[in-house]
Amino acid sequence: MTAMSYETRERLILSLRYALLILIAAIFIFPILFMVMSSLKPDLQLLRDSASLRAFLPVGDISLNNYADAFERVPILRFAFNSAFTTAVSVGASILLNSMAAFSFAFLQWRGKAVVLSLIIATFIVPFEVVAIPMLLIVNNLPWIGPQGIEIGWLNSYHVQIIPFIADSLGIFLFYQYFRDLPDELVEAARIDGASIWQIYTRIIMPIAGPILATVAILKFLVMWNAYLWPLMTIRSEELRPIMVGLQYFFQLNIAWGEIMAYLSMVTIPVLIFYLALQRAFIESIATSGIKG
Amino acid sequence: MISAATARKNAPLWVRLLLPRDAPLYQRNDAIMGWLMALPALVILAVFLVIPFLMAFVVSFTNQRLISPNPAEWVGLRNFERLLTIRTFTLEPERDESGAYVYDGGSLSYPRLRNFTRNNPDYPELDGLREFTSWQSGDNRTVILAGDVVFLRALINTLIFAAVIAPLQGGLALLLALLLNQALPFINVFRAIYFAPVVVSMVVVSLLWRFIYDGNNGLLNTILGIISFGSFQPVDWLGNPYTALPAMMAMSAWQAVGFHMVIWLAGLQTIPVSLYEAAGLDGAGAFQKFRYVTWPGLRNTAVLVLIVITIQAMGLFVQVDVMTRGGPLDATQSVVFQAVQRGYHKQDIAEGAAISVILFVIVFTIAMVQRYLTRDKS
Repeated sequence: MTAMSYETRERLILSLRYALLILIAAIFIFPILFMVMSSLKPDLQLLRDSASLRAFLPVGDISLNNYADAFERVPILRFAFNSAFTTAVSVGASILLNSMAAFSFAFLQWRGKAVVLSLIIATFIVPFEVVAIPMLLIVNNLPWIGPQGIEIGWLNSYHVQIIPFIADSLGIFLFYQYFRDLPDELVEAARIDGASIWQIYTRIIMPIAGPILATVAILKFLVMWNAYLWPLMTIRSEELRPIMVGLQYFFQLNIAWGEIMAYLSMVTIPVLIFYLALQRAFIESIATSGIKG
Repeated sequence: MISAATARKNAPLWVRLLLPRDAPLYQRNDAIMGWLMALPALVILAVFLVIPFLMAFVVSFTNQRLISPNPAEWVGLRNFERLLTIRTFTLEPERDESGAYVYDGGSLSYPRLRNFTRNNPDYPELDGLREFTSWQSGDNRTVILAGDVVFLRALINTLIFAAVIAPLQGGLALLLALLLNQALPFINVFRAIYFAPVVVSMVVVSLLWRFIYDGNNGLLNTILGIISFGSFQPVDWLGNPYTALPAMMAMSAWQAVGFHMVIWLAGLQTIPVSLYEAAGLDGAGAFQKFRYVTWPGLRNTAVLVLIVITIQAMGLFVQVDVMTRGGPLDATQSVVFQAVQRGYHKQDIAEGAAISVILFVIVFTIAMVQRYLTRDKS
């Protein structure tokens, strides 16, 4: 085989490889592209276009009417606010609670620590779906201090969407793993300098926990923004409904596909932009969480 | 100078309780701060994970309802019995006085099943059961009876869903990872694209694919029509009991395959390049390198990926709730969908909890199998 033909062969293999990569990329992109393009078209044209490749093109009667109609049909801004609020509070609180617990496990000596830590790791195999139904019974009987004094039952509130999720064993474990691998001298030196435990946590450890903090925040963000099963069971009133459950309005009534596509685009595009901006952090978060086993 | 042991004995109760036995007394701040800092997370986990988990077991032995004027009563194993009872029963054709078969319009005639399952004192074990499926065996009809036909269907569907999607999604993810595991220009762009559906909500994906799978104007029918030059007959993918569950599997794999691709990629990175070089020097081809270098190095990743997919698949819910609500003809019923139907919609917490316990037993078994497969052999 001459040098030239070897090179040609390599080049051929490389182009075939790219062709395959692009074909597969199309499979992942087309549904999302279709969603965005359809959201710009009136229902009749949308249905007609989906019988051809025009479905993927911004052609014909293009407008933002579906978005306007979707806004009119459901209180999207209200839903978006509810989701943003519950997500932001949960992300913030879960970073605080999980990192504090992990700090305690990694650096402080107290009795029962080993047992508690292994219990936390054992809870990994309990899927949320298993505890969802009995949890319904619990939140239905928990007290809360409201404007009229002590009330029983958390159903239909913001806190029922937030509090159960502000600590999780995966978050604690990810922080713990990261803290454990930090050099001991860091904490020891601070102790000798007379720093209090709280100061070591806030001034020494948390400032260098950036990467794992991003991981825990991203994982919690995805879970909370996409929450569906739990708010479906616990939220009855419209003012408290999160954005994914709000979608139900569209599949109960006469199906207006253009409006659905507009709504889907609105809840998805911000997340996709966020993802593309922080792509590396997102993918590394998933890889880290996957290796927990 | 007093000894450490004496000092400890004289210390306040909380110090003796919280401080490890072998820790020096000056670390008592550690002990109290340690508990205080872990406490908020531990309380949340106890109230919203450990207690509900234990309650699932307790409640599943009662007749608890979400809201009820009467206190719950213990019912023993009744919930589990109803959910899991399966019996086979053989129906013999009806005979006339002389013992010959009775024919009804050319085919054998059988006694009605409900004669045996409704208050028949001769067959107390069949009382209340209903037909799950049946088939002809010789002249007789063999019937599978179940205490809860819909739940049995949901359980079987979920197990099939998990059994198919684990190798399908795991295998596709590995192929994608192998394709991406090379330093080529733009490879990160492709990785980002393949991963993108993972960040899209399953609710959004399910609604979107409901349109793609539509029988009249669905995009999938259109594309298959174009590829086959119009010879493809449109299918109502979600309306047909034979295609609904496979369609759901394909969509679920599309959404989550990027997740496991990333885990495979992380596993591939741990295989030293020198091993490939050595294999190359020994004259190994691409396939042999995969067979003898890559695959053995991925063994633990493989187990992890398969187990994670299986456990996630056992929790199948959103797809069913958004796309089919269990139909057509219960072809897409799932265990969690039934748990929610009963525990929430019918407010029968006890039955929902019993279903949750069954789900946990299955997931626990799978996790133990993983433990066993990845155990340290040394």
